[in-house]
Amino acid sequence: MQKDNDILLLKGNEAIAHAAIRYGYDGFFGYPITPQSEILETLALLKPWETTGMVVLQSESEVASINMIYAGGGSGKCVLTSSSSVGVSLMQEVIPYMAICEVPGLIVSVQRGGPGLGTIQPSQSDYRQATCGGGNGDYRTIVLAPCSVQESCDMVGLAKELMMKWRTPVIILSDGSIGQMMEKCILPPYTPRRTDEEIRRQCPWATNGLGLKDRKPNVMTSLELDQALMEKRNRELQKKYARIQQEEVRAEHYHTEDAETLIVAFGSAARISMGAIDNLRQQGHKVGLLRPVTLWPFPEKEILELASRMKRIVVVELNEGQMLRDVQWASQFRCPIEFIGHSGGVIITPDEISRKISEMGKL
Amino acid sequence: MDEKTIKSPQNIVYQKPRLMNDTPMHYCPGCGHSIVHKLVAEILDEMGIEEKTIGVCPVGCAVFAYRYLDIDWIEAAHGRAPACASALKRLWPEHLVFTYQGDGDLACIGTGETIQTLNRGENITVIFINNAIYGMTGGQMAPTTLMGMKTSTCPYGRQADLHGFPLKISDIAATLEGTCYVTRQAVNTVGNIARAKKAIRQAFENSLQGRGSSLVEIVSTCSAGWKMTPVQSNQWLTENMLPYYPLGDLKNIKD
Ligand SMILES: Cc1ncc(C[n+]2csc(CCOP(=O)(O)OP(=O)(O)O)c2C)c(N)n1
Ligand code: SF4
Ligand SMILES: [Mg+2]
Repeated sequence: MQKDNDILLLKGNEAIAHAAIRYGYDGFFGYPITPQSEILETLALLKPWETTGMVVLQSESEVASINMIYAGGGSGKCVLTSSSSVGVSLMQEVIPYMAICEVPGLIVSVQRGGPGLGTIQPSQSDYRQATCGGGNGDYRTIVLAPCSVQESCDMVGLAKELMMKWRTPVIILSDGSIGQMMEKCILPPYTPRRTDEEIRRQCPWATNGLGLKDRKPNVMTSLELDQALMEKRNRELQKKYARIQQEEVRAEHYHTEDAETLIVAFGSAARISMGAIDNLRQQGHKVGLLRPVTLWPFPEKEILELASRMKRIVVVELNEGQMLRDVQWASQFRCPIEFIGHSGGVIITPDEISRKISEMGKL
Repeated sequence: MDEKTIKSPQNIVYQKPRLMNDTPMHYCPGCGHSIVHKLVAEILDEMGIEEKTIGVCPVGCAVFAYRYLDIDWIEAAHGRAPACASALKRLWPEHLVFTYQGDGDLACIGTGETIQTLNRGENITVIFINNAIYGMTGGQMAPTTLMGMKTSTCPYGRQADLHGFPLKISDIAATLEGTCYVTRQAVNTVGNIARAKKAIRQAFENSLQGRGSSLVEIVSTCSAGWKMTPVQSNQWLTENMLPYYPLGDLKNIKD
């Protein structure tokens, strides 16, 4: 049954904090950085250690945070961290360890303008860092891109499901606008945290000592001096990635049925594009949107299928054209592809998108 | 007496710890690591807590500790073992969580994690093997390398103007509010081995009882890195390491 306090007006960041508690996460480890500090602050205020028993720790750095997630996830616990751009760069040290050791864990990346310290304004310029793997080695992470406060909340639940199902790190790629804006949010009911016994049954691979007398010791390590064995581990990982690409692609359509021009945009850029589409449709332009919800795996098949029947694709991003390459590749250039974007923390407006698309003229 | 009689329980005065397996160790002859491994295995045996123990391996020669001791281990990135252990202990508050780290791992690349973890008073044990050198990568200068000591990256000897000074990180750890026990031990003599074992056992008990962070430094030999025989290494340790890194408790707060 829904109670009053289950529907709140929240920032995207705050929604993530509430969601982590309610979806039964065991721990959060994070370091302050704008524009995502509300996640740690909200958790500190809500004191989940007194209710669900969830651990909350302000770490000494993002390097420490990601190591905490690695160890916590490796021991079978359901854990998350969050940061923004330069902080997520520091985390690249250990995301590969998590990938190859098949450690579940959630990393919330609330992007700001870069490169370097950049600005604290919203941006999507860490698309490549998230989807291509910013660390070393042949690995991938599942990347989810929310476009609203509600979706930020829901994706904390989806991420838990995916990271446990696939034993892989999952990134929620938010940004400063989704993290900071306030919207109505329906919070999920409380899922109890798993008991030790449940963890023992569900995660027989975890390094927590449980039941050691009746099994071989568990070891979490990425080190493999024998290159043939290391390649074998890599190949196994690639097989898993192929299955993820088969099963976990998610994308949302907006007015694509009769569209002649297709906007491809994710997260906040998709949200802004919807406004532009409404304007353009009033002016008689048949424009639709494909919003990749999973950035990896990427909705390649859908883009190819749509590209085959569109007159034009316009990629809209808050960066200098990062997802653009993936769209070009997926579409096999079956139609002309244009790009509209801003970077460094400058936000695009629906009007600018409408104007630029109108100016592109008829094809 | 036949072999069976000799091996009967009443005649056994010494045996391999139950938690230590038969995997041949990769450690060089005369290396301190193997002795400390055995002590850890013995203590865990005696305490009977392997079902609630998590070890965190370093990057360094002890990277393969998980091959020899039959407990659950997580292998940390270079220097990050204390961060891993902090999370593990908070998520598994009833468990014994310990790290096992070298001087490069703990006192150089991981100094931040070490100090912050100990300062938070995480209820973990840090076992710190100080051999004054980077053993694993072939004998480069460590933060703990003594003045004048030759390594492959200070081939003319460590000198202050080029390399700074050997870091006594345990002395720093002893000043932190979060630590309850900081001690410096060695495994170069039978007597010292017994004392080191007692120290590790006390640290483990502190961790289980939630008294704060415990750091057990073991001043140790690296015969390969020092380019000496095992006997020479022990002598060199006694004559050079122990005067700079004197043995004994630096802090021991008992409730
Ligand atoms: C990030 C990173 N940098 C460098 C290395 C290379 N490396 C491996 S072990 C080591 C030094 C280990 O020395 P120490 O911690 O003293 O351990 P010992 O081998 O002496 O026991 C270094 C620099 C690494 N594995 N990872
Ligand atoms: S190189 Fe040094 S520390 Fe490493 S195993 Fe050999 S003696 Fe031990
Ligand atoms: Mg060393």
